[in-house]
Amino acid sequence: MIITKNKDINAIIKSLEGRKKIYLFGCKSCAEQCHTGGEAELKEMSASLEERGFTVTGHSLVPETCYRQYALKEYKNAACKTSDAVLVLACGAGVRTVADAADESQPVLPALDSIFLATVERQGRFFEGCSLCAECVLADTGSICPHTDCPKGLLNGPCGGVADGMCEVNVENECAWVRIYERLKKQDRLHLMKKTAPPKDHSLSVKPRRVLLRNPVGAVPASKKKGSRP
Amino acid sequence: MGLKDELHSGRFTITAEICPPKGTDTEVFLQKARLLKGHIAAANVTDSQRAVMRLSSLACSALLIREGIEPVFQMTCRDRNRIALQSDIMGAWTLGVKNILALTGDHVLAGDHREAKAVFDVDSVQLVSLIEGLNNGRNMNGVALRGKTGFYTGAVVAPEANPFEPEEIKFEKKIAAGARFFQTQAIYDMDNFKRFFATAAKKDVKILGGILLLKSAKMAHYLNANVPGVKVPHPFIVELEGAKDPLAKGIEIASRQVRELKKFCHGAHIMAIGHEESVVAIIEGA
Repeated sequence: MIITKNKDINAIIKSLEGRKKIYLFGCKSCAEQCHTGGEAELKEMSASLEERGFTVTGHSLVPETCYRQYALKEYKNAACKTSDAVLVLACGAGVRTVADAADESQPVLPALDSIFLATVERQGRFFEGCSLCAECVLADTGSICPHTDCPKGLLNGPCGGVADGMCEVNVENECAWVRIYERLKKQDRLHLMKKTAPPKDHSLSVKPRRVLLRNPVGAVPASKKKGSRP
Repeated sequence: MGLKDELHSGRFTITAEICPPKGTDTEVFLQKARLLKGHIAAANVTDSQRAVMRLSSLACSALLIREGIEPVFQMTCRDRNRIALQSDIMGAWTLGVKNILALTGDHVLAGDHREAKAVFDVDSVQLVSLIEGLNNGRNMNGVALRGKTGFYTGAVVAPEANPFEPEEIKFEKKIAAGARFFQTQAIYDMDNFKRFFATAAKKDVKILGGILLLKSAKMAHYLNANVPGVKVPHPFIVELEGAKDPLAKGIEIASRQVRELKKFCHGAHIMAIGHEESVVAIIEGA
């Protein structure tokens, strides 16, 4: 799940640059669970904007704002199209999806800051779970991620700052490498920690990243192209 | 005689840390360094320690060479990616630096530029390995260099880390990667350190026990509260609190620790953090 938090309302208003008719998008997926982009937050944002003299022309709460199809469908409604700006209460991917569906002349703006990809301990308790590094090392680390759980992203053991098993940077957290050590020891796999890990291959995560499992809409499949081999 | 020869001569070897200035005025830095000349085998030049931005350890190492003082060029993983690390490390060699100490480095959040990007493109084990590669005339990707380095490579170990086994595993990785000498983090529990040394000394590396000068009880409390991995024991604090001249007491404690180390260890690494002028008194008292 993608974790988001509210931007300061004054920063949002500044980004609207005086545009008055505002349409809102929420997201029933991650942002709703974060209490940043569900029905309740859309209402709060509406009230907050109207109090400050804006007109909220309407809102859409789609199942997943990062899906182009949902954004395109909602964008057909006139209130959305004719507003001065669209404010999106979803993660950055949601904002961009709506912006790509929108008319290029219409500003689509973020109401939230996107923070991390979470594991959900329980409703309302989110912990960063994965850094999306494109080269998963969990097999060697007892499924505790040194990139994510160690603030320095160290790959070969704890730094000198570990104090009684606690992290020097986030003092309330256990050191990721002490946890890795303890878990591997329980699994009788400490040999994995004794192996020197090579430096990360950052060429695997050059941005923007993409995965294309199918052709774009309307494209001729390669197999049907003239002259293509079977 | 250089640090390597000194350590291999079997004599008790002393190094001390000098902190570069925050700015370009090197006068005080050099004055402090001159005081140490002849009393220590080499001077460690810190790399923006505690993540507080200071004059570069490379430049200050080169300045020490001009003064006839052998530097231990400290290099952390915090601020440079692998291209900058290799480039600066080779640069240090061309300027006459012979010793290098590879460290992880404190996180930027500990310092004065909290908003900075913490790099950590490689970690300290990989940094040792990278230096070993340059010593063998190869860059990190195995490409042959026109002219290699010949560093005496050191690293850090924390004998009082708790739990110790993860630290020990990392210590062994650093040795396997090419570390030849170790300067330890501050030692407080000498019995524990003796046990560590007994095992570590079997591994063809030289160990310099880290001694941190305690300037006052207040400093000891501050270190305990704020500096990761430092635990000044209560008896030291009591001694400092009862002293009329806490600095003199701190020097006395440090001398006593160095004296202890002389009985069994390869050397001592004195960290006086901004009070480098006291290092000579510590050595003379030991």
